[in-house]
Order: sequence, then C-alpha cells, then structure tokens
Amino acid sequence: MKKFSGQAFLYAAFLLVFTLIAAYTVANKTWWFPPLASVQGIEIDNLFMITLLLTGIVFIAVHVVLAFFVWRYREQAQQRASYITHNTRFEVSAAVTVALALVILVGGGTTLWTKIQSPPPPDAFTVEVWAEQFRWTFHYPGADGRMGRVETRFISDDNPYGLDPADPYGRDDIFTTEMHVPYGKPISVLLHSKDVLHSFFLPHFRMKMDVVPGMTTRLWFTPTQSGTFEIPCAELCGVGHYIMRGVLVVEPPEQFNQWLSQQTPIAQSE
Amino acid sequence: MDQPIAHAEAAVDAHHHEPQSFWTKYVFSQDHKVIAMQYMITALVMGFIGMVMSWIFRIQLAWPDHNLPFLRLLMPTNMESGTLQTPGYYMLVTMHGTIMVFFLLTAILTGGFGNFLIPLQVGARDMAFPYLNMLSYWFYFLSCVVITASLFVTTGAASAGWTSYPPLSALEKATPGSGLGQDLWLIAIALFIVASTMGSLNYVTTALNMRAKGMTLMRMPLTVWGIITAAMLGLFAFPALFAGAVLLLLDRHLGTSFFLPHLVVGGEHIVRNGGSPLLWQHLFWFLGHPEVYILILPAMGITSEVLSNGARKPIFGYKVMVGSIIAIAFLSFIVWGHHMFVSGMNPWLGFAFVITTLIIAVPSAIKTFNWLGTLWKGKIRFTTPMLFAIGFISTFVTGGLTGLFLGNSALDIPLHDTYFVVAHFHVVMGLSSVFGIFAGIYYWFPKMTGKMMNERWGKVHFWLTFIGSYGVFWTMHYLGFMGMPRRYYSYDSYQFLPPSMHTLQMVITISALIVGAAQLIFTLNFLLAWLRGKKAPNNPWQATTLEWQAATPPPHGNWGPVLPEVHRWPYDYSVPGASADFVPQTVPVEIEPSGEHHRVAAAVNGHGQTNGHGNGHHA
Repeated sequence: MKKFSGQAFLYAAFLLVFTLIAAYTVANKTWWFPPLASVQGIEIDNLFMITLLLTGIVFIAVHVVLAFFVWRYREQAQQRASYITHNTRFEVSAAVTVALALVILVGGGTTLWTKIQSPPPPDAFTVEVWAEQFRWTFHYPGADGRMGRVETRFISDDNPYGLDPADPYGRDDIFTTEMHVPYGKPISVLLHSKDVLHSFFLPHFRMKMDVVPGMTTRLWFTPTQSGTFEIPCAELCGVGHYIMRGVLVVEPPEQFNQWLSQQTPIAQSE
Repeated sequence: MDQPIAHAEAAVDAHHHEPQSFWTKYVFSQDHKVIAMQYMITALVMGFIGMVMSWIFRIQLAWPDHNLPFLRLLMPTNMESGTLQTPGYYMLVTMHGTIMVFFLLTAILTGGFGNFLIPLQVGARDMAFPYLNMLSYWFYFLSCVVITASLFVTTGAASAGWTSYPPLSALEKATPGSGLGQDLWLIAIALFIVASTMGSLNYVTTALNMRAKGMTLMRMPLTVWGIITAAMLGLFAFPALFAGAVLLLLDRHLGTSFFLPHLVVGGEHIVRNGGSPLLWQHLFWFLGHPEVYILILPAMGITSEVLSNGARKPIFGYKVMVGSIIAIAFLSFIVWGHHMFVSGMNPWLGFAFVITTLIIAVPSAIKTFNWLGTLWKGKIRFTTPMLFAIGFISTFVTGGLTGLFLGNSALDIPLHDTYFVVAHFHVVMGLSSVFGIFAGIYYWFPKMTGKMMNERWGKVHFWLTFIGSYGVFWTMHYLGFMGMPRRYYSYDSYQFLPPSMHTLQMVITISALIVGAAQLIFTLNFLLAWLRGKKAPNNPWQATTLEWQAATPPPHGNWGPVLPEVHRWPYDYSVPGASADFVPQTVPVEIEPSGEHHRVAAAVNGHGQTNGHGNGHHA
C-alpha cells in the first residue's frame, strides 16, 4: 500500500521547481553580465560557459535525484530500508568522473590565466592610475612620450601626484579625472594607491585588479568596442567606497589624441 | 589504550562528584553538558544580533530612500531621521560577518555541539580537562562582551569588513570605525582564539583518549569525526590570525610597519616603511580558509548522522566519509591564496591555488554522492531534523558548485568582490552550516533538555528558512553576474547596473525578512519547548549512537556507575535479521546481528588494538 506524505511531496516539488527556475533564468540569461567589450573577456566568458555547463549538469542531476529519492523512499507501511553500507565501484567512479571534469576546468583556467597574466604586448598603450579615497586619477605622458616616476613619499600640496622631482620626464605629464584610451591597441594599466586598498574593476572588459599602497599592480586588456564605460571600485575603501566611480572612454585614436592635446600638463597648471 | 579508560572509571570517585551550589552547577560549571548549553545559547543570542543587523542593511539596499523611524529601536546611532547612514551601513556589514562566522557558527558547532556530543558519543564521563573547558567558555563569553561593547563606542564599531584589511583597518583617519571599535574587534578576536584553542584541545584529547571500551576510532559517529577534525583545523590555523591581530594592534599603536607602507591619507603623510597590506591577507586567509571548513565539517558530520537515522539506513561509505573529511581538512590549509588571485599577489602563485582548490571538489563530490546513497532505498521519515539534513545536501551542492567558478583564477577576475562571492559563501558555508546546526538542535534537543520541540512549528521553520534562503542567496548570484560589487551602500550612481537589479534587491530583502520571521518561530519553539514541552523519551529518534543510551537529560558523569561498552559501529540501521530497525552500539553481537563485518573486514587492521578485548565479540 502506497502512503502519501505531504512533506515528501512538498520537498520533491520544491526541489524540482527551484531547479527549473534556476536553470531557466540562467540559461535564458535573464540577469546577465554587462555587454562584453574585450578580447580577454571572450575567452573568460567561454570558460565561464564551459564551467556553467559542467556545474549545471551536476546541479540539475543532484537535485532531480534528490527529489526522486525523497519521494520514492518516503516511509511507507510495508517497506523496509535496505542494509547497504557502501559501494566502492560507485564511489570510485564518482570521484574519477569529477576528477576528469576538473582536468578540463584546471586546464582551461590555467591556460587562460597564463595569457592574461603574461606581460602586455610591446605595442600596448600604457596609462597609470592613482587611487585614493574616493577617486581615480589617470596619468599620461606629456609631449616627451615618457611617463615620470611617481612615489607616495613625494606627495605634497604642490605635488599632489607624487612626481619624482629628480625625474625630468615627469615635468610635462598629464593627470586627468577621466580615463581615455585609443581604440585598436592593447591597454596596459599600472595601478598605485595613496592610502588604502582599492580595486580597479572594469565589468565590461571582465577585468579587475586590486590597487595596493606600497606596490604597483597591473592589468592589460584589448578593447573590442569603443564607447563610455564605468570603473567601480571593488575593494572596500571606506565610507565613500560605493561612490568611487571612474569613467573609461575608448575612442578612435584621432579623437583620443585630440582629447589628450586639450588636457593641461602638470607644469603649466601650477 | 586501556589506561585512559581506567582513568575515566576512577574519575567517577576522584573528581566527578556532583557540584552543589548554583554557581558551580550553572555558571562556573565544569560539566560539558552545561558548558555546551552555555556556548549554544550565547552563540544563538549573538547570531540573533547578527541577523537583526542584516535586516537593517538589507532594508537600505532594497529601499535606499526608506524613512523608518522605528529602526532606531534596533539601531540607535547612524539612523538620522529613520534612514541608515553610510558609516552605520559599513559597521553593520562588518559586524554581521564577524559575528556570524566566529561568534555564532564557530562557537555553536565546536563549543556547543562539540561539548555536548563528544563525551556522550564516545562514552566518556566528561571532557579530558573540565577546568580548561570552563575557561574556554568564559573566554568566549568575554570575547562576546568585548565585540558587543564595540557597538557602543563613540567612533563606532569596526567597519573595515569582516576581513579587516589594513590599511583601512589600521588607521582611524581612513574610516571612523578604525578607532577604538577596531581595537575592540582585534581584542575580541584574540580572546575568541584563546577560547577556541582551549576548547579544541579538549575536544581532540577527549575523543582520542577517553573513548569507552570497544569505541574504536572507526566506530566513532561521523559527528565526532567532523568536530574533532574541525578542532584540529582551529588549533593549527587560528594562531596565524592571532599573530595577525597582535601585529595589527602594534601597527595601530606602536608605529610598527608590518602591514603599512608609506601612505598619504586625507592629505596627511603616514610615515611608515616597508610593510605590506598583503601580509595581513596571507595571515587572515591562512586561518580564513580552514575557518570555513571549521564551520562545514561539523555540519557535515551532523548531517550524516541525521540522514542515516532519518533514512533508517547505514551511512553510505563510512570509511570514505571519514577519509573525505580528513582530505578536505588537509587541502583546506593549502588553498588560502584563492582569496587573493587579484590582490596583487604574484599571479604565478595562482596556479598552485587553482589546482589545490579545485581538487577539493573530489572529496566533496564523494560526500554528496554518499549522502544520496544513504537516502537511496531508505525509509525516510520527514522529521524536522531530517528536513534540514536533506536541505543541507541541496545547499552544499549549490554553494559548492559556484566554488568551481571562483576557485578558477581566470573566472575569479570578473566575479571577485561581487555579489557572486557573497552568494557563494553564504550558500556553501553559511546556509549549509546553519542547516547542519538546525538539524542538530532539533535532533539533540530532547537529550539536552529532556523535552521535545514542537514538530509542526519545526516544519514551518524549515520551509520558510529553506525557501526564503534560496530567495536571498540564489538571487544574489544574478547581482554578481551583473557586476554589482560587494559592500556598496547604494548603487544608483552606476549606469551599467540595469534597473531590474533593483527588483532583485527587493526580492532578496523580502526573502531575508521572511527567513528572519522564521527564526523568531524557532526561538519561540526552542524556549517554549524547554519550559513546557512534551517530556522526551530516552531515544525518541530510535537512534543507535551512545548518547541515546544515557538518561534524559544525562546526569552529571553521564553514565551512572558503569561506563557503556561498545560492540558495533554506529550505523546498524535496518540490519537484516535484527528485531528492530536499529541496533544501539551497546548491544552485543551475540544478541543482535551486526552488518559491521561488511565494512570492517578490510579496515580492522590499523586500529584493532584500540578497543582492547572489545573486538573479541566479533565472529
């Protein structure tokens, strides 16, 4: 005689409905990543989809099996539980299957990580960034084409960006509140912080790097789109963390050069 | 190995005389069961505080323009005209995380369940060092007082996040909460580590040296395995954070430069030299990662125990379960760098951490497989503990799988420090360990108090919690995809976050308030059952393990004049030929058959000597 169990029914039904909603909203990309804008992001998104597929299969399988077991093996009057202590073959095959899936993920992940972390190509366009509570400042070379050295200890009211007074290359450097880069080149970003930790996050480019006082961190990426993008700070940096918003404009080289030529070099602004 | 047992027998007369006064019996008690309740209730009170904090900051995120003057009852400061202010928001998220991870979850799992279950499940009269055990609780209590007091200092409580990354946490100029509040935070954590160390020494020593006759290591319930492995993680990992806390205090007050390079904060030079903020991150996560396994391993143990009992079946693959616990514990020490892929740490170190991190999926998958195997062909009773234990399987799988995204450094780049991370760790280590805790409370409450909790309200509690929690934390994954960073007081200045995200924020907050309401039901059920609940029988769940053979509640010394003797493994459910569908561990194999030889045949060698002549009963 089959006995109905409200709890078993509810449990199985909830697990299946939850799995369905979860799978649908993810597969449908109802709430998804911002539109992709970098070469590196293409590969990151691909690896994401492979991982999503593998984990999605496991997620759905476990929940469907769990729902089935919960319903099928609910307590009923006549039935008796089986005395099963283990099944080595099943356990080993589960472990081996998972290990094989991991080889794919680790292989794909470390290969991609190597590419992303390798030094930027020599033709990359470099921008330096100063992070401080709660704003970003962007540093470009002046007419001499070389960036002056900056250091925290040189910062003063007259030298707000800490340019090394002994470094002649810094005298014509340009500091801006917006980040502009020319489209068509890899972009290399060197990050410095004056005060606390920050994190330079480019959601559309799938890029992020913490900005650490006392050291220079770096990232590079190749834009595939021009346009205006946002730079949220992604590492808690104090009460203004949530409004530490930067703007990145990727534009054709001519427009970029025009923009840069309109900026005032540091020496002249004093 | 006979020696400790003899010692335990003698101990009945030597120092296990019953305490008489109110103070020695209920306050400065050395009885593990009283200390367990002290730990459990203190931790639940702290957890309640942590949960109320989350309501307030969740309201801010869903309705940034809220004007709710009654919130001032919950949050007297930083609540100008009924709206949560920014510094208050950062204090709340910081204290919520700190309280939940350390003062609720760690404390209740090791201090609460560890204290109650280890002596009762291995057949000891008490902990190995009862006085140290008492000290452990009172240091924990003191740490709770200090962290709670920090909420009331004028500059506010710590607000640099539960990870307290310097320089933010090192300089009061950097953020208001980094004044006295941060000092108290560091002191509270140091006191907590002292408490945890004293407790952990006890749990490990008791389980290793004070087991009853016949209780071999491979006859210990998985709960004990989970808790003592967690205790060992604590013993090895917590000292790193202790050192970190001391060094950060030195940096804050004595001008040292462990974590601080030369800085300019708010236009003012802070002249230090050579320190690195990354050092703190290494020290913090060297504890921080084992810490999440300190929370999950005991919950895994409890879940295994309750699943086997509720399915009326032996746990599937006992030996492999023990092996997986140990494997996970070992791996947990060499994965801390996965919290630091984009921290500025040398990226080539990332390789090692990707590999070690993803390997954890193997023992985790085996455990999941074995929990499903335990339900397979069982006879599942849907008691409240069982509902939570089944829920654990779901949350552990859901949260574990998202770890495969974050553990892979390249994918961590876009996801790190977004709500995807918040979702991941809340599901896998918050929800799962909370589900383990609730399963454990409903399951052992009768033995602890002598009363039964109300099953109907227990089920209401479970369903609201289960559905509501997925409403909160499943939804958060979407915010992570969209790129919503963590620890944002508000997000309306960003155009890349679509307006639909606001709807999701409301879904999350409403779900969180429903889960909160469910915890009020639980609290009432807990208190009312204790005061006037139905009297509990000795073995209400028809369970096999030793604690159910003790009186309810167990007397001081647990076992009366004669210690129990163990004759079988803890999972003899539905043994073919046995008269009932469960055979307690104390029943000799001459009286009831045991299925243990199925599994012992290969395993008996390494530890056969532990149980002395207890093995003689095996045919």
